[in-house]
Amino acid sequence: MPTSDYDPACLPDLLPLYYRRLFPFSQYYRWLSYGGVSKNYFQNREFSFTLKDDIYVRYQSFTTQNELEKEMQKMVPYKIDIGAVYSHRPSQHNAVKSGTFQALEKELVFDIDMTDYDDVRRCCSAADICSKCWTLMTIAIRILDRALREDFGFHHLLWVYSGRRGVHCWVCDEAARKLSVAARSAVAEYLSLVKGGEETVRKVVLSDPIHPFINHSLSVVERYFRQYAIVDQDILGSKESVDKVLAVLTVHIKKELMVNYQDEKNPMKRWDRLCALVEHKKSGSKKGGQYFDKEIMLQYCYPRLDVNVSKGVNHLLKSPFSVHPKTGRISVPIDLKELNTFDPFEVPTISLICEELERPRADEAEEDDMKDKENEQEAGERRRIRDFKRTSLAKYVKVFDRFLEAMARSRKGEMLKNSDLQKDF
Amino acid sequence: SGVIYPRFVWNVSSLAGFRLLEETGSDCFKIIAMQFPGRRKKLIGSSQNDLYDHCLQFYGQPPLENISLTEFETFAVERLKLLKTVENLGVSYVKNSDPYTKKMEAEFSSLNFPLKTELDDRKIQGGTSEYDKRRKDHISHFILRLAYCQTEDLRRWFIQQEMDLFRFRFGYLPPRHKTDFLHKNNLKYETVSAEEKKSLKDKLIASSYGLSGITLEEYDFYKVPFQDALDLVRTRKVYLLAGNAYIPHHEIITIVLNDFRTRLSKALAVTARSLPAVQSDERLQPLLSHLSHAYVGQDYSIQKNIGKISLEQIDPLSGKSFPLCMRHLHKALRENHHLRHGGRMQYGLFLKGIGLTLEQALQFWRSEFVKGKVDADKFDKAYAYSVRHMFGKEGKRTDYTPYSCMKVILSNPPSQGDYHGCPFRHSDPELLKQKLQNYKVSPSGINQ
Repeated sequence: MPTSDYDPACLPDLLPLYYRRLFPFSQYYRWLSYGGVSKNYFQNREFSFTLKDDIYVRYQSFTTQNELEKEMQKMVPYKIDIGAVYSHRPSQHNAVKSGTFQALEKELVFDIDMTDYDDVRRCCSAADICSKCWTLMTIAIRILDRALREDFGFHHLLWVYSGRRGVHCWVCDEAARKLSVAARSAVAEYLSLVKGGEETVRKVVLSDPIHPFINHSLSVVERYFRQYAIVDQDILGSKESVDKVLAVLTVHIKKELMVNYQDEKNPMKRWDRLCALVEHKKSGSKKGGQYFDKEIMLQYCYPRLDVNVSKGVNHLLKSPFSVHPKTGRISVPIDLKELNTFDPFEVPTISLICEELERPRADEAEEDDMKDKENEQEAGERRRIRDFKRTSLAKYVKVFDRFLEAMARSRKGEMLKNSDLQKDF
Repeated sequence: SGVIYPRFVWNVSSLAGFRLLEETGSDCFKIIAMQFPGRRKKLIGSSQNDLYDHCLQFYGQPPLENISLTEFETFAVERLKLLKTVENLGVSYVKNSDPYTKKMEAEFSSLNFPLKTELDDRKIQGGTSEYDKRRKDHISHFILRLAYCQTEDLRRWFIQQEMDLFRFRFGYLPPRHKTDFLHKNNLKYETVSAEEKKSLKDKLIASSYGLSGITLEEYDFYKVPFQDALDLVRTRKVYLLAGNAYIPHHEIITIVLNDFRTRLSKALAVTARSLPAVQSDERLQPLLSHLSHAYVGQDYSIQKNIGKISLEQIDPLSGKSFPLCMRHLHKALRENHHLRHGGRMQYGLFLKGIGLTLEQALQFWRSEFVKGKVDADKFDKAYAYSVRHMFGKEGKRTDYTPYSCMKVILSNPPSQGDYHGCPFRHSDPELLKQKLQNYKVSPSGINQ
């Protein structure tokens, strides 16, 4: 699909159009209101905007969907971040007695950034990504999604493409939103396996017994490792790269392999040899190091998350559907059912969808399937709903809708359950 | 003290601290609990039977009755004795070992604290009924809160002993009673059924240390919301499924204790805020003050002895009056002309406590170190600072107190080349015996 070339210089013209006719305000408001179960949940939510010329404003808050729309159309933010739900309206935080203005709740969030993998990817570095290293994101999503659902019992996860080089996860369950700092940090640490910075050579250390979580994660990594690491990243191709891989091994395993690699140049066969050798040494070794092959796989593929992003209740994170100023791409929800075919380079840019707006409509379907009873349908809004529908943004809003539907169903189920309980005397 | 106090009324109406009201009758004071905004909890189980239907409790509700001042005093003193025993036994024996358990049982029995799970014991031959023991346990805990909430040190000590006491009593309960207790206190820890255990067998074994297929069947596992087991989750020491942590029995106590500590810590902070009112009661003040000093004995933080000792006296005194650990340190210092940091701290603070001035201390240490490998300049540069620091003349200027026996025994065990610590704890028994013989301690003394 041809992507209109994006030029950051056009943002001042494109953004107003985006906020007037494309940004899915209705769904956005529906999301952050969480069914209106908690009073003032939306009103006490902090937003922060980065305006033109890098002006950053915090503690923005809005009382209604309408106000949100008007303000965003007026201020035309280049970036939008979402923060916590506070004890009072953030826009009035200065009027509140010091110490009483507190962050109360927020979604549990994770930020996976490709730059954190620079030491183990050879195709790109820094802000660049390509289809080869994007596999790392696929692996990260699969591992974390499973763990958050099966181990921690969360149900409502929204995965979002950040617009450039990573993905975010928003865990929206009520239990998740109410987690304390200590709990968030504990969850993040449970999910962390790759530890250490520049100085650390061996970043993953496994010992018996291997926790079921690690085993689950390994089985995901194993599915992708050969194609991703041995073929695409060619980690056992060049001498430099081989040295890096072997650096985590013990001296004599390394020596044996180096000898073998002098003759054996086929990377896949080299990897097989490594695994066989580790397996062989395993029965004899007294100390750790029986899992070198698994450790290598994890070091090269396991998700690296920034604990600090997940820890803070008041931490601000880029909002879904905001635009990435450098790439022009919209931060769109990712459909996990189509994860294998998700291509970050196919994600629509703001220029593309604005251009698509101008195109004559292919069909004049009048169907209005956005019968959202919670919001009043104004003529303008109806038009806007149809507007994004004829752009590439449509399918991503649909993913978002399904996510919202699931939450609504779940809330309804809860209410029924509670009222059933109450009927029992 | 011999003075007969009139009966006073202690009336508590909610989960909080205590507030003294004005005099109401001839010699009575009414103490009524303060209400805390938004935190009024409903009183559960108002009938007397409900209140003490379990031999163990979390001390969530203050006592709701009148007691005499005599009972007030006796209960408090006896609980304090119990806590001090808990502290001593914890230092002398491995917790939950047989001797530990036996001695604890004996102390419970002699002080009349509850340990039995059944409420009515038929043979009440002039002894105390289980019910009365439980009542005493309840009331005495709350009285000691008043005495031990005032300073960080007191709070820490009290919480530590109450936790060890609780740990012992909880461990003593038969399994069914443990589960009962958890449920009764709204701790959502359900036991994992045998079928579920079986279906998760491999996963459970892979996530907890030291478990085999056999022990798995014997061990109880509890299902706890993961938010209540954060330490285990963080380090991945527990199996997680659908938001629940599957905790083997021996780990559940850690979680319950954490809960206990958190509650008690908060309660003490609350009590401390309302204390001034209680302290203004002239009848309670001396008792509470006496109780809180009992654990620490003399207060050596106040220098009462400054300048009362001369350097020449140290050698003879070390043989005559010093405790064994200090004598040991002094001897090592004289022989080696040096002591490492741990030894310098322990001995140096002791010397300060018995009356050495800063000038004397500097002279003492310097003269000794100079005889060894340290020249005067180096002493002044390196070691003098540390001596001045001990006296509160450097750094954050804390005037450090000499170490108590507990601190010497429990913290900073000596390693090769150290001479500090407690010989009764850290020395090889044979060596200790020999040393005591050399010091002419009588055989019966040595055996003790």
